[in-house]
Amino acid sequence: MPGMFGIRPGKWVMTVLDVRTARPDQRIAGETGDWEVIIGLEVHAQVTSKSKLFSGASAAYGGEPNAHVSLVDAAMPGMLPVLNKYCVEQAVRAGLGLNAQINLWSRFDRKNYFYPDLPQGYQISQYKHPIVGEGEVEVEVDGDPEPLVVRIERLHLEQDAGKSIHDLSPKETFIDLNRAGVALMEIVSRPDIRSGKEAAAYFAKLRSILRALGVCDGNMEEGSMRADVNVSVRRPGEKFGTRCEIKNVNSLKFIVQAVEYEARRQIEILENGGVIDQETRLFNAATGETRTMRSKEDAHDYRYFPDPDLLPLEIDPAWVEAIKANLPELPDAKKKRFISDYGLSAYDARVLSAESEAAAFFETVARGRDAKLAANWVSQELFGVLNKAGLELSASPVSADQLGGLLDLMADGTINGKIAKEVFAKMVDTGESAGVIVEREGLRQVTDLGAIEAAIDSLIAANPDKAAEVKEKPKAFGWWVGQVMKAMDGKANPAAVNALLKARLGLE
Amino acid sequence: MKQADSAATAWALVRQGNSAAMAIDERTVRKAAKLARLDLAEDRVAPMTRELVAIMAWIEQLNEVDVTDVEPMTSAVAATLPLREDVVTAGGDPALVLANAPRSADGFFIVPKVVE
Repeated sequence: MPGMFGIRPGKWVMTVLDVRTARPDQRIAGETGDWEVIIGLEVHAQVTSKSKLFSGASAAYGGEPNAHVSLVDAAMPGMLPVLNKYCVEQAVRAGLGLNAQINLWSRFDRKNYFYPDLPQGYQISQYKHPIVGEGEVEVEVDGDPEPLVVRIERLHLEQDAGKSIHDLSPKETFIDLNRAGVALMEIVSRPDIRSGKEAAAYFAKLRSILRALGVCDGNMEEGSMRADVNVSVRRPGEKFGTRCEIKNVNSLKFIVQAVEYEARRQIEILENGGVIDQETRLFNAATGETRTMRSKEDAHDYRYFPDPDLLPLEIDPAWVEAIKANLPELPDAKKKRFISDYGLSAYDARVLSAESEAAAFFETVARGRDAKLAANWVSQELFGVLNKAGLELSASPVSADQLGGLLDLMADGTINGKIAKEVFAKMVDTGESAGVIVEREGLRQVTDLGAIEAAIDSLIAANPDKAAEVKEKPKAFGWWVGQVMKAMDGKANPAAVNALLKARLGLE
Repeated sequence: MKQADSAATAWALVRQGNSAAMAIDERTVRKAAKLARLDLAEDRVAPMTRELVAIMAWIEQLNEVDVTDVEPMTSAVAATLPLREDVVTAGGDPALVLANAPRSADGFFIVPKVVE
């Protein structure tokens, strides 16, 4: 962890260190050679507060138009902002979760621009002195052997804007200020990302950390988390090119699409002898394309200055220590524990540790049972069913204890693995426990050797040719196992079937 | 300091090539007015530029003070930033919020079409 506390604001230095060159397989082939794409993300995450950053109006999603608006949010003259302590605490928690420096002295600035959904005429943000400084996040990318380290430049607190609705009238715009003043954390990464896939994995990791901390609900559909994606291209290893910022991309899939489209667009311009204009662009989810949002004439000039309505934010190191002492276990620590305590593979450990709820579910199932088997059943069977049905884990038809009960019936030999899948499907349909289903449907495993032998003998009698053949072709053995299981409605103990078949067919 | 004096100082600084005072030209004034949505009449541009140059030059004199090892002053009051608890204490009255709006309907403010 870098220096834990910044006591006083240091010199604000805007240096961008280039620490990564894209792997050859990440390069994009152009007409005139290979290109490398350089990506940095600015992620806006809404703080899970009840009220707004500087006012006592509700921060809840939705609501009747302008029902969650105080006179502060509506920027009535004479109204003064008062900072929400809970939001400050959540920003500190997020900073600690990102292994970042917590700045004990930070300041709020006004970012000035005019737009109808910004009644103050400025957004209160933190410019030169953010509450959280440099940190880093380790990101696992599917298929990549080594995790990627994305450096965090800063995290600061700022106000959200209101909502403009353009499609209710052809000549007018309707304004709802319910979101105006809601607390956001803006998390700015360094340009350490080299592909759309990496960008999506980084966003997913941030979401997982913020959700584990409880500082943001991560609900992308409601806009609780959204990304501004900065994209530029260059020849491999050369100097950074001019970047374009793609605003408000709100799903992992769209992040990948936006990066791919934007990189292609820039490469095409450069290869045709053009230059890239630094500009803000919008992503169109319907077409997967980006388009210019603001023309160059109105290039950003926010004329930041310290907000005279707010004193600097000074926080007590003892408070930070207390927050740190009460942090929940974060996904990375959980993943390590799942590997060391339960013997899970790195992949299973990552899948099961990403979300606190799934991790708790797995641990309930694994407690006192075969952990690897529990991991398989949770991440393969259960997640498979939930994904297919589009259900959240909280709406799972099978509880952790019920799934554990199913595993117990396998462990004590009551049912075999094949029947277990059948029982599980019925548990999903009915919500009943495994034991109830097994008893009612008579699915207990047959361990009666006599019954198994009888089934084998009648099969041999019916298939003398195959019985002779199997001695020459050991691969044909599988057919026999299948036939015996079929004859016994899948309920035979597989180990007993194997042993008895081998003996009866003379394969020992 | 009398105004005439400060203006004289300003021009002296401009002649010496002082950076901050030099930075304000008519183009800068037009841009600042545009960004602030001020409708600055054409015949006001030149006088406004002179006035701003004078003000900047006057402020420039602060650079003569040695502030090495002096912490930046952030407020005139010796107080700490008050914080509030996270409790909903306001809102719930759209009519109050919309009371001064030139136009509103169905609880929304209505403004001329803005399209990005």
